[in-house]
Amino acid sequence: MRMDKFMRMLLVSTASISILIVALIFLFLGKEAFPFGFDPGLGKLFDTKWIPVSFQEERFGIYPLVAGSSLVTLLAMLISIPLSVVGAIYIAEVAQPVEREILKPFIEILASIPSVVLGFFGLVVLAPLVKNVFGLSSGLNALTAALLLALMALPTIITISEDALASVPKSFKQASLSLGASDLQTIFRVTVPAALPGIIAAIMLGIGRVIGETMAVLMVSGNSAIISFFPLDSVRTMTATIAAEMGEVPFGSHHYQALFWIGIVLLLVTFVLNILSRLVLKKYGMAQ
Amino acid sequence: MVNTKKSTQKTTKPIIQAMDVSFFYGTAQALFNISLDIAPQRVTALIGPSGCGKSTFLRCLNRMNDIIPKTRLTGKVLISDRDIYGEKENIVDLRKQVGMVFQKSNPFPKSIFDNVAYGPRIHKLNDKKKLAEVVEKSLRRAALWDEVKDRLSNNAMGLSGGQQQRLCIARALAVDPKILLMDEPASALDPKSTTHIEDLIGELRADYTIVIVTHNMQQAARVSDETAFFYEGHLVEFSPTKEIFTKPKQKQTEDYITGRFG
Amino acid sequence: MNSDLVQKISYHLLRLITYAIVVSVGYILFDIIRHGLPVINWEFLTDFPRRSGSEGGILPAILGTVYLTIGTIAVALPLGVGCAIYLSEYADQNRFSELIRLAIITLAGVPSIVYGLFGLGLFVIFCQFGTSILAGSLTLACMVLPIIIVASEESLRAVPRGFREASLALGATKWETIRTNVLPYSISGIITGSILAIGRAAGETAPILLTVAAFFLPKLPNSIFDQVMALPYHLYILATQHPEAEKVLPLQYGTALVLLMLVLGMNLGAIILRIHFRKKYKW
Repeated sequence: MRMDKFMRMLLVSTASISILIVALIFLFLGKEAFPFGFDPGLGKLFDTKWIPVSFQEERFGIYPLVAGSSLVTLLAMLISIPLSVVGAIYIAEVAQPVEREILKPFIEILASIPSVVLGFFGLVVLAPLVKNVFGLSSGLNALTAALLLALMALPTIITISEDALASVPKSFKQASLSLGASDLQTIFRVTVPAALPGIIAAIMLGIGRVIGETMAVLMVSGNSAIISFFPLDSVRTMTATIAAEMGEVPFGSHHYQALFWIGIVLLLVTFVLNILSRLVLKKYGMAQ
Repeated sequence: MVNTKKSTQKTTKPIIQAMDVSFFYGTAQALFNISLDIAPQRVTALIGPSGCGKSTFLRCLNRMNDIIPKTRLTGKVLISDRDIYGEKENIVDLRKQVGMVFQKSNPFPKSIFDNVAYGPRIHKLNDKKKLAEVVEKSLRRAALWDEVKDRLSNNAMGLSGGQQQRLCIARALAVDPKILLMDEPASALDPKSTTHIEDLIGELRADYTIVIVTHNMQQAARVSDETAFFYEGHLVEFSPTKEIFTKPKQKQTEDYITGRFG
Repeated sequence: MNSDLVQKISYHLLRLITYAIVVSVGYILFDIIRHGLPVINWEFLTDFPRRSGSEGGILPAILGTVYLTIGTIAVALPLGVGCAIYLSEYADQNRFSELIRLAIITLAGVPSIVYGLFGLGLFVIFCQFGTSILAGSLTLACMVLPIIIVASEESLRAVPRGFREASLALGATKWETIRTNVLPYSISGIITGSILAIGRAAGETAPILLTVAAFFLPKLPNSIFDQVMALPYHLYILATQHPEAEKVLPLQYGTALVLLMLVLGMNLGAIILRIHFRKKYKW
């Protein structure tokens, strides 16, 4: 019995570690970012220019970075949502069982390709393609990044949407079919609407994945910190900024602290998206 | 551990005493003020329609309900005069004394030998020779030895349904309990295996106190000495089996036995 | 128009789009294999890089990744399995377990670069581990923890309740029951989850960028406090930072293929194991 109590305590403490890690993430991001609030002040972040290294005036406006992240995320989603929802519908509702067993591993493979490998592919194959198609001087721009990100969001959205579609009760479909609706009508008028909350949650998780993605965008987005909403412009995202600059900043400098602030913004955005989508999935009983 | 002074006074002294037992799943009450004495070396059948609380009551007797979260018991259950829900009670000792056989046979996916040896090993019997003796004795008692003695190292999952259930009985006997709880032990078996189990219960009666839940009234009539009829969480009637099946005192009991509901 | 025809056309359209996704995945793999395979030979795998990676092999990067993943799994596996056991066997539906689940969901959604910042702040600076294998492994361990927990909990829950009940009814304590009659039958899921976690850790770049990776370090580490090269970071450097990036393209492809094979191999292994165990244990 003593062993039993000991193991219980041990397991409770290991389980608590996940809570501890979350707390530590918030704590240590906050700790490194905190001094920036006093000097030079949080207001410096709300600015339109990101010029962290300068002989005149250093500027830490995160608007261009937020704009960059927003633009690539928006473009990626415009590409990814239709493709992945259609893919999920096909796999869940149309594909033969054997076909499904072949398609699903492909989606799993896509999910497991390291982002640096996709970034590399984007750099050497996709960017030249974009460059030639649009007659640009460089293929490193928001569109190229968005294409890669769309690819990376696919597995997340497909897998979770497919679960949501599969969890629609058979009785709904049978009722629809018994009323003389065709398979196709049943899919789009009964099954998909019933699974819609799950699909929306899947899309939110996909957005979270895309906003947080670092290596691929770092390699192909061109990294100019400008505010632009034109897909063929080079942009710089929040994640890429941290990855590219953290290696070279003096420890504890304003620049260093500003990068941690960007991390906090990223953390909060993905946290909210993540929690919201899980709540939706849980409410509609679609969580795995 | 066992209070021998008292229990040797009279042989008819009950081994299990339920006193005013009520049981709750969350806020839903499943048992209402059950009081029931069970005598040693007898077979007591618990009958009643599904959801009447008979299985819940059975699982109160070895505190198996403890593993379901948000459950609560009021009242007392004494086994050999010990309050098993008392603060000093050691649940491991309790379950050593009160064995259980489940509705669906649930052998572990281990060898036949390891299944039976599981309990003794847990209770620190590691001597190989003694272990083999216990296993053989238990399998013999469960009337399974002759069928499996040549393949003790085979996986228990390969046995037939009836054999699996007898293996589970042997596994329960191997820790040398005084009381054996059986939760519809034959409900998933074919008629022949059922007969086997019923014959076995008849033989085990000499050494063990058996409490059996069954929804099969013929089975209750065949194997038990006393029968308790549960209905909607209440104990309606508790009498010798002969009486309850020939001249039940309560109208509800009669209705159930004659098949008017349930 | 005839509704049968509409349905047929629509289905073909759906199929076309789905297969377009599959084809693009296939093309990526094909492109990397086609260009990478000719580069890979014994020397490439076992030699040190020379002239800042323009020549020679990628041995230190391969070994660095191996060390990192070993360190990661050594930390994450016990913690993850412990947490999974707690959630599946001990936790009631109370505030505490809700909080743990919330934490796991949160950890699963934290961007990898944020893990990098976290590892930098906590392990590299605060704990004074410096940029090292230790700091990198701990950071990656935090990142893959949810993968191991979710997979392990799922496989623990798949063990039939009867096993636990029968064992408890025989007088085994809860921990004895778990150790002898639950864990052994869920080991397959735990292994599968761990392999997936290793695959993820091996392929990640952003967290190690800030906590461990060395740009160019043609020697092997002496202790867990040393920096190492790592495959994903090496690929990133060769592809974007190398002065003669165009010239070393074959080496980039080779590195990409080695990394891809490592990660996909892990995933394939996990899938095969899953199928194998599914056949072996049926109850």
